[in-house]
Amino acid sequence: MVLVNLILILLLGGVVAAVSERVSSTTPRQVALLVIVLAFLYLVSELSGLDSLNQLQPSTPNDPNSWLIHFKASWIPAFGISIEFALDGLSLLMVLLTLVLGAIAVSASWTDITERHGFFEANLLWTIAGVLGVFMALDLFLFFLFWEVMLIPMYFLIAIWGHENRGYAAMKFFIFTQASGLLMLVATLALVAVYRDSMGHYSFSYFDLLNTPMAKNTAWWLMLGFFVAFVVKLPGFPFHTWLPDAHTQAPTAGSVILAGILLKTGAYGLIRFTVPLFPDAALEFSNVALTLGVAGIIYGAVLAFGQTDFKRLVAYSSVSHMGFILLGVYAWNELALQGAVMQMVAHGFSTAALFMIAGSLQERLHTREMPKMSGLWQSMPRMGAMAMFFVLASLGLPGLGNFVAEFLVLLGLFQVNPWLTVLASMGLITGAIYSLMLMQRSFQGEPNPQLETKTLTDFGSRELLTMAVMVIALVVLGIYPQPVLDIAQMTIASTLKFGLPGAMP
Amino acid sequence: MTDYIWLIPILPLISSITLMLGSAYLGRSVIATLGVGSVGLAAVLTGALAYNFLHAPEPIHVVYWTWMQVGQFDPSIAFYFDGLTLVMMSVITGVGFLIHLFSSEFMEHDNSYARYFAYLNMFVAAMLILVLADNLLLMYLGWEGVGTCSYLLVGFWYQHSANGRAARKAFIVTRIGDTAMAIGLLVLFTELGTLNIQDLVAAAQAKWQVGDVIPLLICVLLLAGAAGKSAQLPLHTWLPDAMAGPTPVSALIHAATMVTAGVYLIARTHGLFLLSPDAMTVVAVVGLLTSLVAAFTALAQHDIKRILAYSTISQIGYMFLALGVGAWTAGVFHLMTHAFFKALLFLGSGAIIHCLHHEHDIFKMGGLRSRMPVTFWSFLIGSAALAALPLTSGFFSKDLILLQAYQQANIGPLLWVGGLGGALLTAIYSFRLVFIVFFGHANTSPDREIGWRMAIPLILLCALSLIGGYFSLPVEKVFPIDDNQHPDQWVELVSISIPIFGVFLAYLLFLGRQLDPGFLIESASGRWLKQFWYSGWKIDRLYDLALVNPYYWIATIARNEPVDKFYQSIVITNQTLNAALSKMQTGRMRGYIVSMVIGLIGFLGLSLFFVAGAV
Repeated sequence: MVLVNLILILLLGGVVAAVSERVSSTTPRQVALLVIVLAFLYLVSELSGLDSLNQLQPSTPNDPNSWLIHFKASWIPAFGISIEFALDGLSLLMVLLTLVLGAIAVSASWTDITERHGFFEANLLWTIAGVLGVFMALDLFLFFLFWEVMLIPMYFLIAIWGHENRGYAAMKFFIFTQASGLLMLVATLALVAVYRDSMGHYSFSYFDLLNTPMAKNTAWWLMLGFFVAFVVKLPGFPFHTWLPDAHTQAPTAGSVILAGILLKTGAYGLIRFTVPLFPDAALEFSNVALTLGVAGIIYGAVLAFGQTDFKRLVAYSSVSHMGFILLGVYAWNELALQGAVMQMVAHGFSTAALFMIAGSLQERLHTREMPKMSGLWQSMPRMGAMAMFFVLASLGLPGLGNFVAEFLVLLGLFQVNPWLTVLASMGLITGAIYSLMLMQRSFQGEPNPQLETKTLTDFGSRELLTMAVMVIALVVLGIYPQPVLDIAQMTIASTLKFGLPGAMP
Repeated sequence: MTDYIWLIPILPLISSITLMLGSAYLGRSVIATLGVGSVGLAAVLTGALAYNFLHAPEPIHVVYWTWMQVGQFDPSIAFYFDGLTLVMMSVITGVGFLIHLFSSEFMEHDNSYARYFAYLNMFVAAMLILVLADNLLLMYLGWEGVGTCSYLLVGFWYQHSANGRAARKAFIVTRIGDTAMAIGLLVLFTELGTLNIQDLVAAAQAKWQVGDVIPLLICVLLLAGAAGKSAQLPLHTWLPDAMAGPTPVSALIHAATMVTAGVYLIARTHGLFLLSPDAMTVVAVVGLLTSLVAAFTALAQHDIKRILAYSTISQIGYMFLALGVGAWTAGVFHLMTHAFFKALLFLGSGAIIHCLHHEHDIFKMGGLRSRMPVTFWSFLIGSAALAALPLTSGFFSKDLILLQAYQQANIGPLLWVGGLGGALLTAIYSFRLVFIVFFGHANTSPDREIGWRMAIPLILLCALSLIGGYFSLPVEKVFPIDDNQHPDQWVELVSISIPIFGVFLAYLLFLGRQLDPGFLIESASGRWLKQFWYSGWKIDRLYDLALVNPYYWIATIARNEPVDKFYQSIVITNQTLNAALSKMQTGRMRGYIVSMVIGLIGFLGLSLFFVAGAV
């Protein structure tokens, strides 16, 4: 029940936040923060009672009892649909990341929302609830349901509180995700039909559907359905074009949630569903996926360099970084998968922080255009120092989490495909180019005389505290990533058994 | 008694973090005490460590924790300390302390005093981690760490875009080398299953024969990393621009320590290079070519710091030459002596710039001998050591390199002649500097005197530049013993006399003016050559044309997202169809009836066709 309660806390918390606007316009944000902190504490207190967390064993994919937490209740028995939640190492990491970044997102939009405060915070909480559902649902029907649940409030966040071109961006985001979600739904239904043909009954349970025997051709098409759905979300090249618009137009909290968490649902889906459900087809497909990953790294980096909009640059940097996840998943060995999971966590923090800085700049300067910035370090040294830190993290400075992730991915990939590894490592150079350019155009250089007349307020204690959380997280991930690796290992060791035999070192 | 070794990098790191957090609250004297004191303390601890080590010269290996453990891959946060580490640490903390002390006066009136020392301390910490690391991944952390600090310090005066540009160039060019090095690490781990330096060298020697291809590949990748960091051809172009940073930074990072990291890397992994004679030859040739190209370039510069920068590139070329011919000890020896005299020269130039209203052009100086005596003597001693005049420290190390190069099989004499040519040029350009700046007519007058915090480091470095040649390095156990015979007497004699001849030439050209090369310089080809050298052999221009401009061009044409055109076309198709179809909704009965009739006829016709077909 823990997992169900967790989602209920957030869903109901959203309702409370919406209603609480009647008290005052500042109450909803406090309610939202409180709800997330409560949910976090609740989860942690429940987890601390688990013995299995202290002595992590690789879970057995087919045996839900070997997972940390498993909950199953009948829902629509005629079709084998149930309410089934479970938590293993990977989902635990993602759930914790979601809650922490959720709190950060509330803080990031603490002051920049000017209307309908209650509904805003409600949508934020509902998105988080949807994401948690995605990370924990192990019934494919339920999974699809949450996939939609996280989409709709996110659409509202962009469409109502977004920037100048929000309508277009929200619609683009919605259509891309919806179209790809539809593919996933069709693939799911087909998979269940194949399952019934061989087993004689319906089931949407992940644990049943694993190892479903099917024709090679069928597996190929179904795999493709899941692949496209998740890669659009990731986003992988060439399905990424919704992301720069959505990120740029979303309000700060929306960007933080989008980049920090929502993209990770795509990566999670690839690791959890696409490869284990269709291992042979995935193996055959791996060269295409790896090539798309490398293309994304380079393409994202080059386009990031070409941008003049601060937020859009950071958005393209996400495209580049997500390429590493695609590589990590499809290299499909322990090193690369650990790298991919580490990238999911580390990128969550580094990009969330950069989007928060972008939001703070927009709030103060009313522009995101870098040519109108320049020399901001002078008036806002704290913000500048923070930007420098996260820019360095994002370009993969050793000692910070992103480096561990990228190095592990490259190390794992090298054992599978050395030439693609060499191409992918060009991302280290192109990454440095756009990252340093971001610093140059905004915080360094001659202070812009037009901005000097305005009084620019530097980061206050709320912002610094939020930033400090992310700084500490990245430093710890960078020099002592072992706890995260150990927790992820629980999933990776078991998932690898489905593996791509040819890809094993 | 060596369990305090971790304190040595941690002290500057703590100081750096304190300075970053407290920059707004700390007074200048507190900042200086923290910044200088932490490095001073690290130097004292290094001294204690040296004392212990020289009595019991056993390598120390301390493992703190496992950095990350994934399957077989388990690099540690661990330090390995031996004679080579000791030499490096002594230079970093010793020379580093003197430069910090110098900085405390040099930067006194800067608004960002705390930020300066925060970066500088951070650099020292990263550099110490680089040389202490027991595995290549931790070394890579230090490696990127020093690169980042270099970036931050070159761009320290960020208000000027030119400084930012120089800083970015330094970071990106070295990162190209770093990426090659990272790929080298991937190959090493994949082949040998470890990144621990001692283990991997042992494993490599067990696995491969001398001359195998994979060691060659690995060594070339490591060399690319080393060439980036140590500003060797073809990745040297960042160093002259990096002079945009404060001068003590140039002394510490771009002369004494960071730029020698490449030399350290190759010396540390010499066990791998011994497996690949081809790679060693490449190292020697790269070193020699770099030293010559940079020396010619130095000859044509006007900016005092750029002369010294090209000189640094040239001298590190000598170190690479030494490594390439297997003269490991000589290479590291030159690294140390170079750290002394080049830091001295940079600090000396800092003193001039400080007292001369930020003047960099040597032709606007002149006659400073009597008015800045401490600086004059510093420069004289530094230049003598740089030119390798007998009895100075530079003489001992450079002589060692040249003699060992001569004894190299096959191309040895060729390397020796090239090295001599470089030595001649070095003597000319370094004394050109001395004669033009300190003698002759005074073009500007100093507006202040240097204080004790700038004078003491200069005096101590003078002493080191003079006596540094008599130090013996505790590296017998690190490097294989070289069993070279002493070469012929005449070789040694020529090696000694060439620099003296160079100084004499410089005297004739720039001070006595008995020789007037005016007709050469004024001729068309002379002017072209001067311009060619002045521009650094147009290598920057080449890179701009071949790499930088195309990258800008691609980014500019791609910035509006070509991939999205495909999705846009779907949208446009839909909109066009929508527009076309909605035109049929005219609201006029006539049109509807016509289209209905046409539809009916068509439908009936089709049915008849199919029915008829079926029958």
